[in-house]
Amino acid sequence: MAYSEKVIDHYENPRNVGAFDKNDPSIATGMVGAPACGDVMKLQLKINDDGIIEDAKFKTYGCGSAIASSSLVTEWVKGKSIDEASQLKNTQIAEELALPPVKIHCSILAEDAIKAAIADYKTKHAK
Amino acid sequence: MNHFELFNLPAAFQLDAAELQQRYRKLQQTMHPDRFANGSERDKLLAVQRTAQLNDAYQTLRSPLSRAEYLLELRGIDLAHEQTTLQDPEFLMAQMEWRERIEEVDDWESLDAAYKDLQEQMRDLQAELEGFLAEDANDNAAITVRKLKFMHKLHHELERIEEQME
Repeated sequence: MAYSEKVIDHYENPRNVGAFDKNDPSIATGMVGAPACGDVMKLQLKINDDGIIEDAKFKTYGCGSAIASSSLVTEWVKGKSIDEASQLKNTQIAEELALPPVKIHCSILAEDAIKAAIADYKTKHAK
Repeated sequence: MNHFELFNLPAAFQLDAAELQQRYRKLQQTMHPDRFANGSERDKLLAVQRTAQLNDAYQTLRSPLSRAEYLLELRGIDLAHEQTTLQDPEFLMAQMEWRERIEEVDDWESLDAAYKDLQEQMRDLQAELEGFLAEDANDNAAITVRKLKFMHKLHHELERIEEQME
């Protein structure tokens, strides 16, 4: 299958690969997996006291589209508030990367990773 | 006629693999398109279609994972085309650790050890699945099927590494 140029760019030069300390209170961790293909994605957000995402890192085991989707969202969420980030839709990711229909689940995975990370942050700060 | 009915077997997860193979071979003989070489075009076409259906049914029932998926589909839960993500942090963390371990496999010894541990975990999940399906706990069975799909993916990764090592 032919990947779009943007997918290849993110796949060959993934942005923000890595990890933060998940026990740090300012770090939100989202873990998601796609049963259809066995891909796993970990997305971590560094959130300041004003609820702004200062930094993001990811680690993804999966196909090129899954890696590109997670790399792209780490770029997109930086500087956004958690409310803005939670409104990101998988269709925006799919459109930006020109994902074919069989790879839409990769963008869903990335959207769900953001949501899972924000849920983790809210649980951490609920007390 | 569903796949179980085709082989005249009860629609259950537990299944005698040798019995299934025997029935498959018998049906294959009675349906083989060569038997209809002198028949009408319609008979020939029908024989080809039936053989294709038989092969499809056999492949589906032969593997425990696809058998479980099919059984759930008969019970109204379609897993094959779902796009939902799994969000079980503990399980996914273990998946990440598995992927890291697989990345470090570089000789036959570490490959064998990884296969052994993986197969053991798959057996445990399969036993769990068998229990859920027997009790009609279909939602729990569906979760276990999803987990098994991740384990199968890991198994494929190990096979890929094995091919490269040969």
